[in-house]
Amino acid sequence: MIADAWDWVARVVEWGVTNWSHPGDPERGLLPRLTEHMRLAYLSILIGLAVALPVGLACARWKPLYPPVLTGVNVLYAVPSIALFFLMLPYTGFSDWTAIVPLSLYTLVILLPNVVDGLRQVPDHVRQSAVAMGFGPLRRLVRVETPVAVPVIIAGLRVASVATISMVSVASLVGLGGLGQVILSDGFRRQFDAPIVVGIVLTVALAFVTDALLVLAQRLLTPWARR
Amino acid sequence: MITFEGAAKLYPDGTVAVDHLDMTVETGQTTVFVGPSGSGKTTSLRMINRMVEPTGGAVLIDGEDVRQRDPAVLRRSIGYVIQQAGLFPHRTVRDNIATVPLLLGWRRARARARAEELMELVGLEPSQARRYPHQLSGGQQQRVGVARALAADPPILLMDEPFSAVDPVVRASLQDELLRLQRELHKTIVFVTHDIDEAVRLGDRIAVFRPGGTLAQYDSPERLLAEPSDSFVESFVGYDRGVRRLSFFPASGLSPRQDVVFDEGTSAGAAADALGGEPWALVVTGDRMPLGWASATRLAGADTPLGALELVPYGHTFAVDTDSLRAALDAAVLSPAGRAVGVDADGRVVGVVSQDDLGTALWSVTE
Ligand SMILES: Nc1ncnc2c1ncn2[C@@H]1O[C@H](COP(=O)(O)OP(=O)(O)OP(=O)(O)O)[C@@H](O)[C@H]1O
Ligand SMILES: [Mg+2]
Repeated sequence: MIADAWDWVARVVEWGVTNWSHPGDPERGLLPRLTEHMRLAYLSILIGLAVALPVGLACARWKPLYPPVLTGVNVLYAVPSIALFFLMLPYTGFSDWTAIVPLSLYTLVILLPNVVDGLRQVPDHVRQSAVAMGFGPLRRLVRVETPVAVPVIIAGLRVASVATISMVSVASLVGLGGLGQVILSDGFRRQFDAPIVVGIVLTVALAFVTDALLVLAQRLLTPWARR
Repeated sequence: MITFEGAAKLYPDGTVAVDHLDMTVETGQTTVFVGPSGSGKTTSLRMINRMVEPTGGAVLIDGEDVRQRDPAVLRRSIGYVIQQAGLFPHRTVRDNIATVPLLLGWRRARARARAEELMELVGLEPSQARRYPHQLSGGQQQRVGVARALAADPPILLMDEPFSAVDPVVRASLQDELLRLQRELHKTIVFVTHDIDEAVRLGDRIAVFRPGGTLAQYDSPERLLAEPSDSFVESFVGYDRGVRRLSFFPASGLSPRQDVVFDEGTSAGAAADALGGEPWALVVTGDRMPLGWASATRLAGADTPLGALELVPYGHTFAVDTDSLRAALDAAVLSPAGRAVGVDADGRVVGVVSQDDLGTALWSVTE
């Protein structure tokens, strides 16, 4: 029994090692899928963040804006990701954008409430004293409220990044690459479990490492936060 | 000089926060706003730096309507301290203090040097410069708040209940510091508090606000306690205002008695004879440090030197040259002998004041 299990692990690892990369063909193997996965996920997260920040700041500044914007993005979140990928195909074809646009939207949906809540939880006495010292509204938002909101924003970023990394695998369903491709084409189609396991392990590892990097970033960016 | 000219604030929901306020805050003095909750103290204070715009009348600084000034620029010339200090959690103590200088465009090195100078001024350790606000106690945070407000050396300082969130001991030391700072700096300070004792302690002038945002009385602390203008002010300053008012009269006006003070070497019998009808003798050392009380009945039978007797503790003393009548009265009330021991700056006994003597003195000052 134990010997069987050991055999199985050895087989999976061996498959992973031999298929890590193919010196003759840089397009084949696990490594190119992994870098593809990282590219799609990280670009989506960055673009999502780049949109969520100004939209969140605007929503915090002009309060009536927030409810309709939040409803709008929440509705988008309800659309199954696979459907969005297919909807994008006619416009962007099999380019990265077919994956990145919907994934950025999902990141935005998760991040936006964090940005707004983060800005709103800035204590009133901090805001008041900034006003009293002669910060104008814009400077106050950029120099005081946003930095104070960073821990809440990073908390959102951690959730969004894990969600995005796992959703890139769905993008593989429509043939957009990533580790999902390994699971799909090598695993399911050939009824072979090693690629499925390796694909899952690599995806989880990537999510884990990304999360660790974000925790590290939080430590570096907010040395002032209570622990 | 800050002038309120019929300043009023009517909120859109119909609340009259301040109703036609006419008053002048003198330059270089500490003016305290006191009054019950909701009487418009904060609102009035914030009219000065335009955090609240009056809906009627005007507020002038040195004759110029504050509405002529750009709010952000105006505020950089007015220090502001609030109850929870309002420190920026993401900035170190030093950078918090340097905030306004940096806004004014000072170079970073100069702003930081200035911050360090201010830390010393308000009694913070240099080692605290790189701490974050949450690593400080409430009292230390308030000190940082005061230092930050003073950083760009503004002529005006607005303080809204700055010391009300700290314990009484820390509050008293912060009040002492503020008095010391003010003796050095001569800022125009407007200080809001609920606490009439704090107002009397810090204020050169006190403005008592009434619910509805009107001024009930605007006077010096002495006059406010001596002559409250009406029953509202009287109840607000407290019915023990008579005792409180004694803080304004120096104890040096008393004439402490020497004839009931005896050296520890004196024999009990001699002391008993010298006491006449007095019930208590104060025993002191050779260099006149107090030891304690001996009662006349105790002396009568004894034949030892006074120092060998078991003495009643002398309680706490008052400094004849620097304390007030209030401190002398307090010492007399708390003394087991009903008499207060007056000492000089070195703690040596000057003499003894009985409650009767005090009564006469109080009568003459408060007639
Ligand atoms: N933004 C606002 N909208 C409506 N009413 C307000 C607003 N701000 C203050 N008020 C009202 O104005 C009145 C005066 O408020 P203010 O804060 O000046 O009182 P205060 O004397 O400082 O009280 P406290 O001692 O409790 O701080 C109160 O009745 C308050 O409820
Ligand atoms: Mg107030």
